[in-house]
Amino acid sequence: MKTVLSLRLNGRPRDDVVPDNLLLVDYLREAVGLTGTKIGCDGGECGCCTVLIDGRPRHACLTLAAACQGTVVETIEALETGGRLSAIQRAFHEKLGAQCGFCTPGMVMAAEGLLRANPRPNEADIRDGMAANICRCTGYVKIIEAVEAAAREIAP
Amino acid sequence: MMDGAGPVRSIGVPTPLVDGPEKVSGKARYAADYLGHDILVGRIWRSPVAHARILAVDVTKAQALPGVVAAVTGADCDKTFGVLPVAMNEYPLARERVRYRGEPVAAIAAIDAETAQRALDLIAVEFAPLPAYFSAVDARAPGAVLLHDDKPGNVERHATYAIGDVDAGFAAADLVREETYHCAEVCQVQSEPHAALAEYDAERDELTVRCSTQVPFYVHLMLARTLDMEKSRIRVIKPHIGGGFGCRTETLAIELIAALLARKAKGRVRIVATREETFITHRGRPEQTTRLRIGLTRDGRITAVECETVQRGGAYSGYGIVTILYSGSMIFAIYDVPAARYDGYRIATNTPPPGAFRGHGTVNVRFAFESLLDRMAAELGLDPFAVRRANLLKAPTFTANDLMVNSYGLPDCLDRVEAASGWRTRKGRLGPNRGLGMACSHYVSGASKPVHWTGEPHATVNLKLDFDGSITLLTGAAEIGQGSSTVLVQCVAEVLGLDIGRIRIIAADSAVTPKDNGSYSSRVTYMVGNAAIEAANNLKAVLVKAAADRLGVRVEDVECLGESYRAGRQDEGLSFDDVVKAALADAGTITVKGNFSTIPASHGGKKYRGAAIGGTMAFAYAAQVVEVSVDPDTAEIRVEKVWVAHDCGRALNPLAVEGQVQGSVWMGMGQALSEETRYHDGLGITGNMLDYRVPTIVESPPIEVHIVEAADPHGPFGAKEAGESSLAGFLPALANAIEDAIGIRPTELPVTPDRLMALMEKRARDGRATKAS
Repeated sequence: MKTVLSLRLNGRPRDDVVPDNLLLVDYLREAVGLTGTKIGCDGGECGCCTVLIDGRPRHACLTLAAACQGTVVETIEALETGGRLSAIQRAFHEKLGAQCGFCTPGMVMAAEGLLRANPRPNEADIRDGMAANICRCTGYVKIIEAVEAAAREIAP
Repeated sequence: MMDGAGPVRSIGVPTPLVDGPEKVSGKARYAADYLGHDILVGRIWRSPVAHARILAVDVTKAQALPGVVAAVTGADCDKTFGVLPVAMNEYPLARERVRYRGEPVAAIAAIDAETAQRALDLIAVEFAPLPAYFSAVDARAPGAVLLHDDKPGNVERHATYAIGDVDAGFAAADLVREETYHCAEVCQVQSEPHAALAEYDAERDELTVRCSTQVPFYVHLMLARTLDMEKSRIRVIKPHIGGGFGCRTETLAIELIAALLARKAKGRVRIVATREETFITHRGRPEQTTRLRIGLTRDGRITAVECETVQRGGAYSGYGIVTILYSGSMIFAIYDVPAARYDGYRIATNTPPPGAFRGHGTVNVRFAFESLLDRMAAELGLDPFAVRRANLLKAPTFTANDLMVNSYGLPDCLDRVEAASGWRTRKGRLGPNRGLGMACSHYVSGASKPVHWTGEPHATVNLKLDFDGSITLLTGAAEIGQGSSTVLVQCVAEVLGLDIGRIRIIAADSAVTPKDNGSYSSRVTYMVGNAAIEAANNLKAVLVKAAADRLGVRVEDVECLGESYRAGRQDEGLSFDDVVKAALADAGTITVKGNFSTIPASHGGKKYRGAAIGGTMAFAYAAQVVEVSVDPDTAEIRVEKVWVAHDCGRALNPLAVEGQVQGSVWMGMGQALSEETRYHDGLGITGNMLDYRVPTIVESPPIEVHIVEAADPHGPFGAKEAGESSLAGFLPALANAIEDAIGIRPTELPVTPDRLMALMEKRARDGRATKAS
């Protein structure tokens, strides 16, 4: 079966006909062409596909596209304003929170969700908020520094 | 010209990655990110059995399914591939025999994933089972069926040497101890699953492949070989790469299968491996058992070493011969070892083939060495730092196995972590169940003899300067997240005194960039960096000459200030743009190049077969202290903090050096604490990031990095490697810290809570038994 999916994606309203079993991550990547959202595992392991649904971080690989009816979905592509990096993106770039960059969109979206809910997180809050995202390059040290720097920038 | 506006400095300046903005904004495209309506989905049918003769592979039903465009089997390719010219024994798709569960047997290209999957289900394969061996012990047993007819006893390679007078060394020792250490097999688990997009242009008989590789040039060679195509008709483009850590330092079947499918389908085929398939493709660090014997004098001097080590080598050769040779050669070059005997056995087994994991070949033996050294130091009443200091090398020197050591920052590394960790005041005083441990490690800055020896320079960099005043750096070096593109830009910018923003880099597209051997053995900064410096110097010479002509002075009177060139302090000088115009007026668009070749003295020894492995232009060194706490009830280990000092010669980009060192230490932590690929009758049962137990941000400790700069005389601005040396030291430092915390010395990794609990319970039983008697 197919459904007409109506949602607000990265600030724009969309209506798409989607199969009921289509995963949100495949909808974003293959149907819409937003390849910033990555697939790093076979389901729910790595967090590379983290997007915001109604402002909350969610695994797009564990979410059916059809279940996003009427929601607001934000992906990594939505964060820049006026072609400039957001504070979190800039912090990941400048603090070397990204090395290979493959986990980075998910990490940045997890951090975005965290800082919206808790603009002044302590280190334990950051570890807790990013616990569903795996990075294999950094050992997480500079990811924590990046989120801390972004938080200071956003809510000094 | 304003006085004081000198050349811009780039070297030594913490520099975010030049490709960072793409990565943090989601614009960076990885191999799986190329979309197109016409792109076919490729899927691989993998062997459900570990060892069998293939009697028949029938894809007729699959091919007949509507939507299936092409099917390939072993019959479509009779050429082997492999990274070592002497050990190419793997087919892209199995022929006649399968040797591990999950080995590719057939593949389908279809219009969508669902059709491809249904087609796979229609493939019929008939097998005649053979005995399968999942451990090195079983594969070596008398009468075992041979995996490869030319490997008697299933020994892929027996590497052996005897250097110096080992027996006399042990006779002269005051203390001789022997212990056996075991390390489980581990996988890189880089963030990006393997992926390849192959495009076959039937009109021109040309092939373009984008794939997740660290070695585009080797992929190019293997595509030509297995597809039987002219190299000139192939183009390999490296997109963004989501990490590698060694699993992509050889051509993988996936890119070859994608190409075979694309040619047969006469179109574009994309294969994106699942995470489980990425585990099965493997090329990680082998399971390894090491029996080590060390002789020490009373004051801690090493008199002799004897090492026998066995690696479960998996079903195909891959890098295996090099891995077992590294395990032996790298016993040297960190301490002054006067005599050593080594027997290393690489055994063919019916498990996926391991490969060249970060710290290639050295890590598991270093775990054994530093663990035993620590234990012996305690027996002699020596501090762990003191026993290391008793055995330091004096650079420049050659080791007993003829490895060239020109720079040696290990003494400083020891001093730095000893002070930073508060070792002298805190060691042994942290209270119950908490402890400190330390260890050292080292690694090469590029293998001095490449695996494909052609006599060409090791590295070539081209620079193009055109009318717009921008400089384009062309390199084959594969940026895989380690920051290689950034460091090359920095090298060129530094020589020319320009801001890095003036330099654009294009990396790893065989149609555009010079050939490069790839990103492995920590070769890029050292080798390609040197080539970039030479290229930049050549470009600078052209610009200085043009400036001299325009200013009417001699070349030696021209001073390059980066954005301006002048003759004397009072000279108004010429802007960079003016100099470029002048230079172009003479010559048109300017292209220059720089090369780098290793020196023969660095090529390793000739004292035994394979002695070239370990030969390098420079060794990097690291020392680290690990603080742990152990829960006495659950045996759970918590790493509280790590202090690590890494001698990278010169930190060209201190930010990236820190990131590399932290990543290395952390990856060592994963291997030491939790990571392990396990099999049940050859079936991988840890083929996901949860069962494989990748550490998360929650249990990852602070890692304090100290950069030590023992400049190397031949290194680019004195630099050496930064991305591998720090890994190996973590494993023994952790074991040594556990000993300090609870008095138990683990010899088997990973030290999972169940393993440590077993050791704690054994001690309790032994203690009761002792009291009872």
